[in-house]
Amino acid sequence: MKLPEFAGLALAFVARLITGAQGHWYGTTPKAEQRIYFANHQSHFDWVLVWAALPRDLRAVTRPIAARDYWTSTPLKHWITREIFNAVYVSRERKDDEDPLEPLMEALRNGDSLVIFPEGTRGHAADPASFKSGLYALAQAFPDVQLIPAWIDNVQRVMPKGEVVPVPILCTVVFGAPIALGPGEDRRVFLDRARAAVIALRAVA
Amino acid sequence: MGNLRDLGVTQQIGLLFVGLFGVLIAVTLYAFYRSFHTDHTQRLSAAQERFVRDLRAIWAGALLFWFAWASGPVGSTLLFGFVSFFALREFVTLTHTRRGDHRALLLAFFVVLPAQYVLLAERMFNAFTVFVPVYVFFALPVISALANDPFRFLERTAKIQWGITVCVYGMSHAPALLLLDLPNYAGRGAFLVLFLVVVVVAAQLAQEAASRRLRRRPVARAISRSFSWRAFGIGAATAGVAGLMLYWATPFKPIPAFAMGAVAGAAGTLGEFVMKALKRDAGVRNFRGTSRVTGAVGLLDRVAPLCFAAPVFFHSVRWYFGI
Repeated sequence: MKLPEFAGLALAFVARLITGAQGHWYGTTPKAEQRIYFANHQSHFDWVLVWAALPRDLRAVTRPIAARDYWTSTPLKHWITREIFNAVYVSRERKDDEDPLEPLMEALRNGDSLVIFPEGTRGHAADPASFKSGLYALAQAFPDVQLIPAWIDNVQRVMPKGEVVPVPILCTVVFGAPIALGPGEDRRVFLDRARAAVIALRAVA
Repeated sequence: MGNLRDLGVTQQIGLLFVGLFGVLIAVTLYAFYRSFHTDHTQRLSAAQERFVRDLRAIWAGALLFWFAWASGPVGSTLLFGFVSFFALREFVTLTHTRRGDHRALLLAFFVVLPAQYVLLAERMFNAFTVFVPVYVFFALPVISALANDPFRFLERTAKIQWGITVCVYGMSHAPALLLLDLPNYAGRGAFLVLFLVVVVVAAQLAQEAASRRLRRRPVARAISRSFSWRAFGIGAATAGVAGLMLYWATPFKPIPAFAMGAVAGAAGTLGEFVMKALKRDAGVRNFRGTSRVTGAVGLLDRVAPLCFAAPVFFHSVRWYFGI
């Protein structure tokens, strides 16, 4: 076993020890199909939780999005996101000639699955903020990729903003039935529907 | 049964585990055999489902118990430490904590819990019994107050204190029995733990059966529809009889064995009753996996009677022997 693989297993073990990281699947099953998981975003811990809640063989093909400037700033951060998580790096500052979604499209063309947080930033309200349009663009460009909503429950209690040590509290990740972009569906209508699908999963968490 | 007392420690302990696993294997085989005769097109009835779940839990408990004994003081301390950790994790998940509680919770999980078990492993029983009720009781509200959040301060601190007392302090007294050095009873702590577990389980089963048969008016309907004083008495008496039947394995004489069994059994069933009140408060019907509330895993549910009975039993034993 190579070091990144071992570190990944150790990290998943710690995440499960602290949060339980239980994945519940309603209306879908954990399958090795190409998927985009989209979830509410409340904490830095969110990605690790979704990742740990996935079965082990799906973890290898499911990739997070990481901000290039932050996650490549030190060798350790770079190593973790590159070797363990196989992250897709995106740059935060927009250049004119560059589509910010291009790295994501590239990963999807390679057949990888993605986990995205369409709110764009961590929210602190009870309900997730309104979704940014990236999800719509991806759904348009890749109509065959399943869009799976996910609700992450309790994670804001594990590590509130400003704290560094997580408190052991059980969290669940609820994965719901896939949604699809309707023919000619309006961007805003679709994004609100996607957000509603995520919120609806809170009831079963 | 008196001549069983004359056997050597190893022989007695061997007999204990052969008996325990023998009974379990017999029950499991019987259940397996029965499963051929039931109609699988129908869903299992609620009672059958509960039986299967309970049997699985008893297997897990028995293996845990054997492992705790086989792995010696360090192993058993670690093992019960993890059980405490998981129980406390479940408890904290079900109580409403705020951001200001973060540091207090870190203290509970990463300082109090390990410290309590280190004191135990070192057999510092005096410090072990006062550490949580005295020092932690003092330190925890200080940490909470430093978080600068007065909203429902007493309620929040009390909840964390209570969780620590049940899940850490109470639980840690079960392995403490393994490490207790009683006169003429060295190396047989496993029997004390078995004695405790058997009387607690006996009290619960008897109380459950009695309350189904008797159909008395429940004492506190809003909390439990089955708890009545008559059923409680029957449960405690059954625990006493179970204790009496196990007296050969304990350092007690028959009458004290009966009394100890009754006390521990009563503490266990009352503990379960209290846990029911807590569940009603948290809005969970039962902790077991059937409920979809995050955190309702079912460990706390199973260990709670032990958590309440173990300290009472432990202190009765120490008091009885004057150590």
